[in-house]
Amino acid sequence: MRFATVRDLETRSERMAAADAHVRRRVLVCSGTGCAAGGALDLYEKLVAQCRKVKLEVEVELAPCGEAKEPLYAAVTGCQGLCQMGPLVQILPDDILYTHVTPDKAKDVVAKTLVGGEVIEKLLYKDPESGKRISKRDEIPFYKGQRFIALEGCGRVQATSLDAYIARGGFSSLIKALGMKPEAVISEVEKSGLRGRGGGGFPTGRKWRSCVEAEGEERFVICNGDEGDPGAFMDCCIMEGDPFRVLEGMMIAAHAVGAKRGFIYVRHEYPRAVERLQKAIADCRETGLLGERILGSGLSFDVRLSRGGGAFVCGESTALMRSIEGNVGEPRAKYVRSVQKGLYDKPTVLNNVETFACVPAVIREGGEWLAKIGTKRSPGTKAFCLVGKVRNTGLIEVPMGTTLRSVIYGIGGGIIDGRPFKAVQTGGPSGGCLPESALDLPVDFDALIGAGSMMGSGGMIIMDDRTCMVDVAKYFLHFLLEESCGKCVPCREGIFQLHAMLEAMSTGRSQAGDLEKVRRLAEDIAASSLCGLGKSAPNPVLSTLRYFEAEYRAHIENHKCPAGVCRELTTFQIDKDKCTGCMVCVKACPPEAITGEKKKPHAIDEAKCTRCGACRTVCGYDAVQTR
Amino acid sequence: MGLVPKTDIGKVDAIVDRYGADASSLLAILQDLQDEARYLPREALDRVVERLGVPLARIYAMATFFQSFHLKPRGEHIFTVCVGTACHVRGAKRLVEQLERDLKIPSGATTADLKFTLEEVNCVGACALGPLVIINGEYNGSMTSGRLTKIAERLAKGEVKE
Repeated sequence: MRFATVRDLETRSERMAAADAHVRRRVLVCSGTGCAAGGALDLYEKLVAQCRKVKLEVEVELAPCGEAKEPLYAAVTGCQGLCQMGPLVQILPDDILYTHVTPDKAKDVVAKTLVGGEVIEKLLYKDPESGKRISKRDEIPFYKGQRFIALEGCGRVQATSLDAYIARGGFSSLIKALGMKPEAVISEVEKSGLRGRGGGGFPTGRKWRSCVEAEGEERFVICNGDEGDPGAFMDCCIMEGDPFRVLEGMMIAAHAVGAKRGFIYVRHEYPRAVERLQKAIADCRETGLLGERILGSGLSFDVRLSRGGGAFVCGESTALMRSIEGNVGEPRAKYVRSVQKGLYDKPTVLNNVETFACVPAVIREGGEWLAKIGTKRSPGTKAFCLVGKVRNTGLIEVPMGTTLRSVIYGIGGGIIDGRPFKAVQTGGPSGGCLPESALDLPVDFDALIGAGSMMGSGGMIIMDDRTCMVDVAKYFLHFLLEESCGKCVPCREGIFQLHAMLEAMSTGRSQAGDLEKVRRLAEDIAASSLCGLGKSAPNPVLSTLRYFEAEYRAHIENHKCPAGVCRELTTFQIDKDKCTGCMVCVKACPPEAITGEKKKPHAIDEAKCTRCGACRTVCGYDAVQTR
Repeated sequence: MGLVPKTDIGKVDAIVDRYGADASSLLAILQDLQDEARYLPREALDRVVERLGVPLARIYAMATFFQSFHLKPRGEHIFTVCVGTACHVRGAKRLVEQLERDLKIPSGATTADLKFTLEEVNCVGACALGPLVIINGEYNGSMTSGRLTKIAERLAKGEVKE
């Protein structure tokens, strides 16, 4: 199958859309990172095998079929969002979302639901407040208030099938863009106000225009899939769950700026994203969606995938380009911007995965449509990964301007075990921690920067009262210490010193006046580092200092860690009145420092205790106290 | 046969040829080499030097810059503890310590019999399931110290998981 013209593709799309409309029932198995770790792929195999065993005809690919045939269709999709409850299975049009569907449940699902037409109550989501079971996905609080643009297809269509993608209008935006002048495409993106979803928030349309205006014969389009922020996996989900959409976004960009070659740079820690993108690229080449004169138009474009090597700094645009060129991924100073001199010193457009995933929708619906969603200065939606000490962890997408509170308490369902909220960390190692008083802030590029954090790529890590802010700041500095490429002094030596000063605080070796030194050094690093990694490296320290200075002072002045995390400053003991003698902590204690009998209060042997806090995590009665 | 298998030069050549012996594909070549042997054997790197005509120093620069490369042999079973932020706040450090005790090696090391390697990774994007440990390429979410010890014991005895 090869699409030589627009008409060829449209004909196929119509046939596939008809086939899609004929599906009697579809079973969608989530294969996001969380569900896959829970055995989702095994579950899918078992579901299909079980159907065949009971002679229930099942299709595993969307295929053109006759009018009379109304198949049962079982497919693996990208992330469906509610990772906490995975593996997830959606059954349509019945609109059933099953949770915790481990592979051993395959038999039940086939027998009871697919054959018997019965809903299995115990696989449904249980509302923690009312205890009521909810069968429809959109009635689950987690999915309320979300709006999907970048994640439009993720979790809804078979991730690896070109036919499934075009059946739902895939590549229709490319067709529309090819019918427009490149200048008109850029105007449309400008009108939408779309800003880079990788964290910086640079207007996408303006970036494309600068690239066109830069001098040079050859131009490149690069998709940054080196999602290095710990706690963020949105781009991973998009690449795994809707790879064709990312390619379509890149093709539209290539048409707009006149590029012939494109690159996708993917972290090596994302093997499934690499595999699915490679298959999608191969499928597009085979069908003529990549290559010479795409769909008979003037656009000739090909994409190559580069695997990263596990270096955080390669998410920085100039470092990423050096890495694609086959060099060590060290950044360069940006006196000359990479839209003018980027890859191989040629004009280059670099956007991240989520940005490219928004592009087809912008072209399809028009720039004004996107501009009306979200806030005035940050139009559209943003995908986030809600993780940490929050009840419902998962992948979400909300309109810009949604408050942090409604994300954490509405979608996220609040803090695990009902503990008090302490901070939300956004923006990864370049971002910061925001306290309870910031919860009513709208999610928006400028609002978050104003509060001392940043949007970043979209990791949102929720922390409770048992998280120490000095420890969190130290954690990020340690991360950056390892990831600093070492090229410039302020970053290489400054982060080292800053980390040593925080280490001293968390081990009771700091002195009065250290806080001022930390602050000054942090400001110097921010002012004088070469690239974004160094410039933003002090943010985790500065933002925690801004909101949690008292906690720092407790470490320095009283040698105490109020959260009970810094080991040298904490001792654990069991409250005899609260302990029920359930033995759970005795079993969980790694150095076997807890003794006790059933139904009698337990005790911690301080000499043996390593202060790891395992007992406190497992105790259901809040009996483990810190001093 | 020694603990470290001899490098098959034919395989190295096949990998280099896959990329047309082009120096700009050095990163990809090293990745494929490592997939083959779980680390980058010196003999293999020497062969890459010959084939690509790049200095060994450039290869070392690459191999030490990117965290995914290993210059020493790694164990038959590899424990990779995710220490991303989400896993960190859910107690990943305790899991590293548990494995250090169980395997009797510090994080980042390989046991003398080349049976086990203990590593840390900065985030694998399965944050919702933290804390997470990857054991021989398989993701294991919501991990506890106790479960980890049992898995390590089973692997040490040569029992296959599940």
